[in-house]
Amino acid sequence: MEHYISLFVKAVFVENMALAFFLGMCTFLAISKKVETALMLGIAVVVVQVVTVPANNLLYTYLLRDGALSWAGLPDVDLSFLGLLCYIGLIAALVQIMEMVMDKYIPALYGALGIFLPLITVNCAIMGGTLFMVERDYNFSESVVYGVGSGFSWALAIVLLAAIREKLKYSDVPEGLRGLGITFITVGLMSLGFMSFSGVQL
Amino acid sequence: MSQPTIRQVLLDPIFNNNPIGLQILGICSALAVTSNLNTALVMSIALTLVCGFSSMFISLIRSQIPSAIRMIVQVVIIASLVIVVDQVLKAYAYALSKQLSVFVGLIITNCIVMGRAEGFAMQNPPVLSFFDGIGNGLGYSAMLIGLGIVRELFGAGTLMGYEIIPSVNNGGWYQPNGMLLLPPSAFFLIGLFIWAIRSWKTEQVEKADFKMAPQVSNKEAY
Repeated sequence: MEHYISLFVKAVFVENMALAFFLGMCTFLAISKKVETALMLGIAVVVVQVVTVPANNLLYTYLLRDGALSWAGLPDVDLSFLGLLCYIGLIAALVQIMEMVMDKYIPALYGALGIFLPLITVNCAIMGGTLFMVERDYNFSESVVYGVGSGFSWALAIVLLAAIREKLKYSDVPEGLRGLGITFITVGLMSLGFMSFSGVQL
Repeated sequence: MSQPTIRQVLLDPIFNNNPIGLQILGICSALAVTSNLNTALVMSIALTLVCGFSSMFISLIRSQIPSAIRMIVQVVIIASLVIVVDQVLKAYAYALSKQLSVFVGLIITNCIVMGRAEGFAMQNPPVLSFFDGIGNGLGYSAMLIGLGIVRELFGAGTLMGYEIIPSVNNGGWYQPNGMLLLPPSAFFLIGLFIWAIRSWKTEQVEKADFKMAPQVSNKEAY
């Protein structure tokens, strides 16, 4: 249990998806003008991440890894070079399915999150979560925890940034720096703040 | 609609319409791989090639793609190209590919590639799309290489591993600014780069949401 808690805390604070690895930056900067939309997008990312990371973990363990096909009588086959194609395909398919299921059974949630879901397919944070999971060789239960943690870390970061930007729009920023420029500087300062967590030993 | 020339599509994205500086695309990898010039250079080459060729291939089959599944088709083409790049890097520059870790794979989700495929290659002939992809790749590369040079030169005193400014540790005079090697500095530098570009090309400046009220002197206030 302790192992999972430390994995979660590490994924949220020490290895924050947005502020330590810069993943999902495009949406991070584009959709962070209002706290409400940022929160919705954050929730959508958590949901997608929780589903896709474990799903890709299963895909990797039972289909792609060196010798993973031994259950089918093919112990010498190594399909790991097909990884990238399979992960992105699975992510796109899962997001599409989730969109349809949500539309059918939870229309209220679909109304709130619907427009963000297609955006998430090409969000680097989702793909990044999967690739990190593969690189670090997580097992299934670890990948579930990592999926929750990394999704949550991204959501946390975007909500914080949106909160700052809501206040920031009233301030008098030098002309060339207005908008995108000052947002970058803000994110830099946030990232500097989050670096202080990297000293935490777990 | 008038066709843009090859020269236009090749040069425009570098300064006037820089994908990172103006369109806010493809920032993820721009930050993570620029702590030294080597990785920045490799990443730039990889992305430029993938962007050019994916635009060309998508443009070749653009009239055959049903619009309902065009995203999937684009992603599959891009992913296949990225796999090629990834395998080549693993075969010929293994140490470098370990350093870039997941970021080569993340070219797939790089918005520049996707954006050019969707926004340009779907409407334009193959040759033009190819150069448009290369041009946008170069715009991205310009930013990446600029960041890589600044971060490595002032952060470690070296360029591509060769010593340029002799640092204190090796008996020189330069005290390396370690913060430039840390992730947050990339944000500050991009912010400053954008500032520089926008002071030069003032039409890119964004409008403020709120204006500051003019100063009211004491006398008028009473």
